[in-house]
Order: sequence, then structure tokens, then C-alpha cells
Amino acid sequence: MAQGQGNGYVGRSVPRREDRRLLMGRGQFVADLKFPDTLHAVFVRSQVAHARIRSVDLSRAAAAPGVAYVLNGADLVQLLPPVPDTQLPLPRKWTTQVQHRFLNPQQPLLAHDKVRHVGEAVAVILAESRYLAEDAAELVTLDLEPLPGIVDPEAALKPGSPVLHDKYNTNLIGEFRIAKGDVEGALARAPHRLRRRFHHHRYGAVPMECRGVVSVYDERADTITIWSSCQVVHWLRREASTVLNMPEARIRCVALDVGGGFGVKGHVYPEELLIPFLARVMKRPVRWIEDRHEHFMSACHSRDQIHDVEAGFDDDGRLLAFRDSFIADCGAWNPIGSGIAYNTAVHLPGPYKFDNFAVHARIVTTSKVPNAPYRGAGRPEATFAMERTMDLIAGELGLDPADVRLRNMIPHNEMPYRLGIPYRDGEAIVYDSGDYPKALQQALDAIGGVATFRARQKKARGEGRYLGLGLGCYVEGTGVGPFESATVRIDPTGKVYVASGACPQGQGMETIFSQVVADAWKVKPDDVVMALADTSAISIGFGTIASRSTVTLSSAIHYASEILREKAFAIAANMLECAPGDLELRSGAIGVVGVPGNEVTLASVAKAARPGWDHGRPQGMQAGLEETYYYEPPTVTWSYASHAAIVEVDVRTGRLSIEKYVVVHDCGVVVNPMLVEGQILGGTVQGLGGALLEEFAYDSEGQLLTGSFMDYLLPTASDVPDVELIHQHYPSPLNPLGFKGVGEGSAISPPVVIANAVSDALAPFKMEFNSTPIRPEQIAAASLPAPR
Amino acid sequence: MKPASFEYHAPATVDEALALLQANGPDSRVLAGGQSLVPMMNFRLAAPSVIVDLNRIRDLAYIRVQGDAVCIGAMTRQRAIEFSAIVADKLPVLSAAIKLVGHLPTRSRGTIGGSIANADPAAELPMVLQALEGAVVVRGPKGQRTIAASALFQDAMTTSITPVEILVEVRLPVMPAGAGFAIEEFARRHGDFAIAAVTVVILREGQGCARARIATAGISSHSERLRAAEQILEQHGLGDDAIARAAEAAASAVEPLSDRQASAAYRRQLTQVLTERAVRRAAA
Amino acid sequence: MTQMVDVRLTVNGKAYEGRCEPRTLLADFLRDNLSLTGTHVGCEHGACGACTILHNGEAARSCIMFAVQADGADILTIEGIAEGGALHPLQSAFHEHHGLQCGFCTPGMLITALDFLRVNPSPSVSEVREALSGVLCRCTGYQNIVKAVMAAAKTMRREQA
Repeated sequence: MAQGQGNGYVGRSVPRREDRRLLMGRGQFVADLKFPDTLHAVFVRSQVAHARIRSVDLSRAAAAPGVAYVLNGADLVQLLPPVPDTQLPLPRKWTTQVQHRFLNPQQPLLAHDKVRHVGEAVAVILAESRYLAEDAAELVTLDLEPLPGIVDPEAALKPGSPVLHDKYNTNLIGEFRIAKGDVEGALARAPHRLRRRFHHHRYGAVPMECRGVVSVYDERADTITIWSSCQVVHWLRREASTVLNMPEARIRCVALDVGGGFGVKGHVYPEELLIPFLARVMKRPVRWIEDRHEHFMSACHSRDQIHDVEAGFDDDGRLLAFRDSFIADCGAWNPIGSGIAYNTAVHLPGPYKFDNFAVHARIVTTSKVPNAPYRGAGRPEATFAMERTMDLIAGELGLDPADVRLRNMIPHNEMPYRLGIPYRDGEAIVYDSGDYPKALQQALDAIGGVATFRARQKKARGEGRYLGLGLGCYVEGTGVGPFESATVRIDPTGKVYVASGACPQGQGMETIFSQVVADAWKVKPDDVVMALADTSAISIGFGTIASRSTVTLSSAIHYASEILREKAFAIAANMLECAPGDLELRSGAIGVVGVPGNEVTLASVAKAARPGWDHGRPQGMQAGLEETYYYEPPTVTWSYASHAAIVEVDVRTGRLSIEKYVVVHDCGVVVNPMLVEGQILGGTVQGLGGALLEEFAYDSEGQLLTGSFMDYLLPTASDVPDVELIHQHYPSPLNPLGFKGVGEGSAISPPVVIANAVSDALAPFKMEFNSTPIRPEQIAAASLPAPR
Repeated sequence: MKPASFEYHAPATVDEALALLQANGPDSRVLAGGQSLVPMMNFRLAAPSVIVDLNRIRDLAYIRVQGDAVCIGAMTRQRAIEFSAIVADKLPVLSAAIKLVGHLPTRSRGTIGGSIANADPAAELPMVLQALEGAVVVRGPKGQRTIAASALFQDAMTTSITPVEILVEVRLPVMPAGAGFAIEEFARRHGDFAIAAVTVVILREGQGCARARIATAGISSHSERLRAAEQILEQHGLGDDAIARAAEAAASAVEPLSDRQASAAYRRQLTQVLTERAVRRAAA
Repeated sequence: MTQMVDVRLTVNGKAYEGRCEPRTLLADFLRDNLSLTGTHVGCEHGACGACTILHNGEAARSCIMFAVQADGADILTIEGIAEGGALHPLQSAFHEHHGLQCGFCTPGMLITALDFLRVNPSPSVSEVREALSGVLCRCTGYQNIVKAVMAAAKTMRREQA
């Protein structure tokens, strides 16, 4: 199904059209917007993890200089009805197949009965400047009745634990099971078994641009515009419509330049609804730009899962059974519901072939910042559990970890491979294309081969130096539905205009989709006009999360173009007095095949399509040259990768250095190789950050200990190696252009690659690294003389 | 994260600055490079009601050789120190250390006086002052006084400089010809404050060690000298055994901090390793 | 009565004058008072580097400087790097080598690299990595930024010769 675009733009590293404005300092991020008469908002946030709110006294704040308005949760309850269920519903196809139970606590726009995490907003203050608003915020008096913090999800499940959401009388707000085969029987019969606990800690997206919302209400037209640093403008509009009690048609949501999202901006936050509400109340523009300190305590965190795994295997290291009971600590609220945890569950099997599998997942609330998807969205946790297990199996049997994987991998001649469990869209998972063993083999070759490494490792050990080899293989469902939209229109100038609900955050969408459209219409990318992330450009859209936009928007463009081309050819045929079948697209025109010069420009076809007297359309044909298509993918398409790294650890200081890091990656047909590489490099470094440096830490009372960049350590240019990339191209059979998603993948493996590498390096010390982050102190424990 | 309001003064002389501090009491702070103070103010962890900006005072930034010492004005930017030929020639350990202090853009504004007066336990410049047995000159309402490094640092973020005094000059003895030095720092990332750091300056004498000076950063509540380790080297030379024993003595002598970054035990372990490695390199 | 201060400075070769509180941060003064929004605010504690500008020719964090401290100074921001509409070699190199994705850290990267290359026109890759380690990027993984800076350095050396 892949189209070999020999002379086309797809497949070429076209430099980005976004760059010029960003390089010149002329980008437009939400904080760059300026309106006269703007009020600046500051949220007053709880400094206590769990408490009943007795009162939020705003009287002193209201009287402070420059303050125009103050509002607390109790006030808001009088002004707005309760927030309805905002989560995307699960498809019936899923709910009828998977045993599950979910409770959906709805976070109010401002806390009013209780605060449930440090950072939860209890009031908002509007003033003439951010400086004055912050001054006023210091004058707010909170009267709170402290309750015990809930920080350990396992303790939170025990009877007698304090409960975060009283109405449920439990902290267990989600639970599901999936299984295939007979895990109990297979475990019982397995010649070998191992049991381990894996902990993938709490870290998150932390984009360089914090969140921000600016809203302007037009009283004359009763319309409102919301600019937000956001990945899902149509979802925001839907929620705003409910909260503001306005038709969607009167609400415009726009995301301008977004300084990174990675998932954390992929759902609707309370602030995004409160700010427009306030703009309408005040009849003045209202602006809220999140600051970094706020970001750490109110923008969603991610990961944070505990896995108890039991695996059964044979003498050759073949996996016979895998059972995982895991807990996802979702924090105080759960905006994305089951999404992350279910991703974890179905990504556990990875690229491996085994028949007996069972997962029991529990989602637990704690008094921490709520969790939402972050690049990988549950897959890193799954890959950690399985890839550590592979190494542990190898260790038990004295086999090489690479060999154990190769033995277990689904061979190429068994693709497509039916996994036996459903994806979150309810469809049966089928790994549609790819060669997993080859990817691993290529990664091993790229690091110089296992045998060579083992020889080096042995020699180094003799010299008191510790080298380790770490592997991490994953598969990834990408391009998930339910849909993405595209409107394709031929502009009267002959340019091709595309509008979509996709929301870029730095991926270069304006560039890659202009390449796709250029090929579809035989124009130059510069002749493509892209309108993204704006609800006024297209009325229904989904947004950008889950590595989906390249797949879904390209397909929507493809199908819309197919339909529109037919109409354009019919009009051109009418103008040229020939049959549509005689025509082809060429260089911004439609012309007769084999007769150069006998053509009409797209511009003239567009003009001919206009309604009115003396138009150029065939008899009976509706006017206009525009088509809107909603692409509903059949299911996800599966990309995959093998990561391999060689590390050296200094057992006396704990310092880790990465000597080599290799990624062998498949994402099907590649639109823009340079941009794909950028995605993989960026994700790999984020993954390394999660493995080694980044950590959201809480104390036993629920105090957030990491509230600045001094504590939450992001990887810098001198912390990470060059990454070598090797590409495979197995076109997806599931969409017309053969694309697979690439946005998230590379963040999936690095934590387990590092854990495996360090465990391998420190094998002589019999040390295992089964949790993240991996800190120097843990490595340095190797050289301590004390018994372990 | 906007700072609270303050009354701002930018005096032209040290005396004016001192008068302002006297007049406004403990709620006034001097502003030097601002790389530590302004972040604290943006977090509102510090909210001085009066800021006395030292950046407009002339003649507080200089690097000059005076006798056997290099005198550096307190407002000398770390960047100027980084690129100073005098410092490279006379105080090479300071040239090496300055590259570990933050990043070039923070060194454009950060000052040597500010860093030393701030006395962050994990800062490198106090450690260098200790290792070189330097001193600071401080001016106050009662006049000028010199404080030796060993008498300067009292606790985390605490020196013996009083709130009505201003550090005006840093004096560092010129390193003797042939002195070996090394800095071993362990930080999570380049440019971060040290979890543990050791600076060693050694003057060999034949096979032995005429003088050893070992100073720390990041390990305890303030930079300190590891005198027991120094004595072992001065008495027993620079062979492997002496170095190992000196490193052990260093580890035993310190009272390491315990925090989220590192436990006391780990800092103690680092003290030993870093001392050993720094001495080896300095002696080579 | 809130104390106000006058700030007169040159930004990208043009003289500006404004009035603000002493506590107004230079980054906010540039962005709000002077409407030069190319300089970005990512952390307000000097850690991320997105706010980096040249102050009297030296890279400095504008989020931890008060605007009043820049009175009389000569400032260069990202908006001033290109000369007369022609991209600076650093900007061209970032474009060619995909040294930016979301663009939020880009002002900090460009200004930091500009200052660094003036000080060290012929750096090694590890020196470039070290020089850029004070600017946080979440999108690129740094590799292409390093490539871009190395390429720009080469171009700039050739142009100087």
C-alpha cells in the first residue's frame, strides 16, 4: 500500500517552513499575545497535600493594589454548575471485552470541599499585572483542616487508609484484567520461574514552555476566543461550550506556537476553562501564563507504576508464561482515565511470542499531582518490566540476553502476528509489519557485536573497570483513532489549503503535511497552506497525542484529496472538453496525459468551481472545490525499535558514562527523514533523563520536594551522548501512505536500556537494577565493603 | 514567580552603600551578580525591602598583583576571572575552578565576592579560597578588616561578615612555582553545584611533599580544609600508601550532609575517592 | 507611592526608553514594555537559559536581572541576530541541521552559541556540548544543535579569513 514517491516530496528532508519565524524571534507563543486592558491571573495553590477547606479568605487580596477580581471555589460553585464528565468515553468494543471497573472523580475548576494535592488551585486573582496579582495572592488566608497525606499507593489500598475522594470510600478508582491462554497452569508447569518487583518512578514531560491561556470575550457578538498552549483545541472547545453554556460555534480555540507538549498539554485543564469564564465575567481580556514553580505542582506528572511480575520459562530461556500485577499511582485525579494503564497492559508482551499472559491493573489515587500521558504513555513502564525480565531470564540460565530475546521474538515469517488481546480501541491487536529479530541484530551489529563486547567486558573487569551492555526492544501501537479530520480546498490562487484538528508542538507539521499535500496534488510544498490547531478552520477535530497525526492526518488528506481530485478532474474535463480519464495532475495544473500545454491551472479550476452565473462546472455539479474527510483508522499500526547501549560505570563514584547508544527504528514510510531523526533523538534523550536524572519526589506528608529546575534535573547537552540511528522501513498496510507513528517511541526504551546495562556491568557484584531512576549512589554501593 | 517590591538604590561608592545598609537594617540586601539572590527573590524565598545595587560602584572590579598576592575586587565578574591572563599565570587552580561555576552566561554576571559571601556549601569559589589560604577584605561602618579563609565560613550560607559590612576584595596568595593542583568534583550534571568536590594544591620537595592543602565543597555545611589528610602527605610523602591513608583520613574527618541528592555515607565515600584522585593528579 | 525607575538602553541597535518598577525583570521589560517577545521565559530562576540575551556583548540571563540594572546597556536579543534580513550563519545552520523543533529554547541557544563562538571560534564537539549545557532543550536531544553550531563555527571562521 505504500506509495513509492520517487520524484515526490515525501521521503525528502525538506527544511522546515516553521524555522524562519522561530529563528528570528518572531514565533508567537501564547505568552507573546498582547491585548490592551488585559487582566493577569494568578492561581492560589494549596501548600498542603490533603485537607478539608474551611475557608478561603480573599478579603485582603481583593483590597490589594491593582486587583480587579477574586474568586474561590465556594464562590465558583454559585456561579457555575459542576463540571461534567470530561473524559473521552471508552469504545463499546472495548468495554464489552475487557473486565473493568472505573470511577471518574471530576476535578472542579477550583477546589472547594477539599484540597487533594500540593499545587491544587483554591482561588484565582485578577490584577493589572502578574506582579500585583502575586502580591495579592500572598494576602489570601487559607483555613484548612489538615488530613493525612496519601503517598504510598499500596498503603492507600489497605483498609483504614485515608481516602482522597470520600464519595467513593476507596482510593482504588480503576481496575481491569486482561489475559490470554492459561497463565496459572503454565507457571505451575514451567521448569523455571522468577519473580520480581519493578518500579518505574514518577517523572514527566516538563516542556520548555509552561502552560498558558489567554481569552478575549467579544460582547458585541457574544463570541469568545481562547488561545491555549494546548494539544487538543477541539476538545477544549467542547468543554468550554459546556462550562460557558455557549454553542461551540461561538467559541474559537487556537493553539499558536506551542513550546513542547509531549502529552502534558494533551487534555483539558481546569485553568483552560476558568480563564475564558473570567474573560466573559470581566469583559476584559484575561491572561494566565503558568510559571515554572507552578508547572511542577500543577501540570500533570506521569509514569509511577509498581509491577509485580512472575515469569515462567524453559531451559532455553523461552518465555512460557508472564503474569503482571501492577499499580498505577495516578495522583489526585485521573483526567485520562484508563488510557495509560491499559497501554501498559497491552504493551507488556512486546515483540515476543508466548501464549500465556495475564495482567491485573489497579489505578490508585494519592495526594499528588494528577498523572496524564507523557511520551510513551504507559509503554515505558511495560517495556521496563518485560525487558528486565528478559535479562533476568538470561542471568538465571547463564545465557546471553541478546540470545534470549532472539529466541523469543516473533519471527519475520510469522508477521502479521495476532497477539490475542484487544487494543484500547477494542480491536484485536495485530502486529501488522516489521522484522523484530532483524532490528535487534542490527542494533547488536552497530555496537560492534555481542562477542566482541563480551571479550572487552571481561578484559576490563580484570582491570577493575566495569562495562555493561543494555538492550531495550519494544513495539508501539501508533496512529490510534477514533479519527482525524482534514479539509482540503483549492484556493482561487491555485494553492492547496488544508485545515485539520491536529495540533503541532514542535514536530514540524506545517512542513511534513505540506510535503504530503504537495505529492497528492503535484504542487510545491510552498504552495500548500496549512491551518492547524484552530477550531475556526475546521469544525470537528481530534488533536495530537499518541503518535497519531502523521498517520491519521495524512490519511485524511489522502482520502479527501482522492474525492476532491475526482471533482477537480470533472471540472477540468469540462473546461478542456475531454474525458476525466484522459487527465493527470502536473505542476499545479490538470492536463491531458501526453499533451503538454493542454492543461488548466488549479487556480482556474477553482474559479470555475465557484457558484454563480457563467461557472465552469459540468451540469448538475455542486459548486465549490473543497472536501472534508474524517479518517477513522481501522486500528493502530505498529512501529517498533531496538535500542542498545554500552555504558561504563565508575563503581567508586557511581558515575555512569554512555559509550555508545544505538537505535534501530521502524516507522514505515518516512515523510521527512531529518524530522523523523529529530523526533527519535529528542525522545531518546528524554528517556535518558527519566532513567538517570528526572524525578518528582514527595515526602511522607505529600509535600512536593522537586519544585524547581534545581531539584528536577533535565538532561543537558553535556549529559547525553550522540545517538546512532539506523532505519528500517516496513510500510504500514493499514493506511494508504504506509506511515507509522514516530512521536513517542524513542522515549520508551532508554530507562530499561540503562537498567539492563548497569545490571550487566555490575553483575560481578550481584546487583540488580529493577527500578528507576538509577542514581550514582546506587552504583557506588557496588564498591562498598559492607555485606549486601 | 515575580519578586516582591523593594526600594532600590544604586550607590556610586562603597561608603554610600554602607550607609544604606546601616540605615535600612536587616531587611536590606546587597545585589552583586544576582545569580543567587534574584532567583530566591523570584521564588519569594527572599523579599528584602531594600536592595543596594553594588553594580554601579566604580573600582570594585579589578585583578592585580600586589606583592605575593593577587587582589581581586569583589565585583569582578567570574567571566573576567575565567579569561584573565594574570589568574591563569598566578592562580591556575582558580582558572580551573571557575569553569565549574555555573555556565558562561551566569559567569557574565556572577561575581567572585558574591559567590564567596553567599557561602553556598556546594560552591567552588569558597573551596578555592580555602585551598589557597586566601582572605577577604571587608568594609563596614567601623572600617576595614581582613578575614582569613579559615575564619570566614561558619555554616551553610553563613560567613563571619556582618549584615552591615560589604566584602570588597578577595586576596589570594600567588601559587608557588612548580605547585601541582587538581580539582575533583562530583556533580549530577556539568555546571551544577557540587555533591562533593576536593581541591588539592601540592608543593613537592624531592620525593616528599613540602606542602599540601586540601579543601572541600559540597560535602559538609561549608567549605573546609582537610588538615589531617594534609599532614599525612606532608609527613609521609606522595606514594600510593600515603595517598590512600590521606584519603581515608579525609573521609573520617568530614561531617557530611545528608539530603535528597546524596546520603552522608555516599558523600563520605566520595570524599575518599575524590581526595585520592585529586592528590594523585596534583602530585603527577 | 510605588518607586518607579527610568530605563534607557539600546536593544538590537535601537535606543529605547521605558519606565518600570525596580523589581521588573529585564526579560519582562523586553517582552512587555518593549514588545520584543523573541526572548522567552522558561523558569524565572536562571536555570533553563531560554531568556539569555547579550548584555554589553556578554550572554546573560534576563530573567534574573532587573531591568533597571540594564540602564545604559547595549542589549542584543534574538530579534537582532540577523543582519538586515539576512540570516546569521548560526541561524542558517540551525535551519539546515534541524537544530530546533518547538523553538522555545532557540533564543537561548542562539545567543549562548553566539557569545561562545566569539570566545572560542574553533571549538571541539565536547566544548560545544559543555558551552550549551546551560540551555535546556526538551525537543531535540541536542545532537543537531551541536551539529549546527559546529557548522556555523566553520562558516564563521571562513568568513573571517
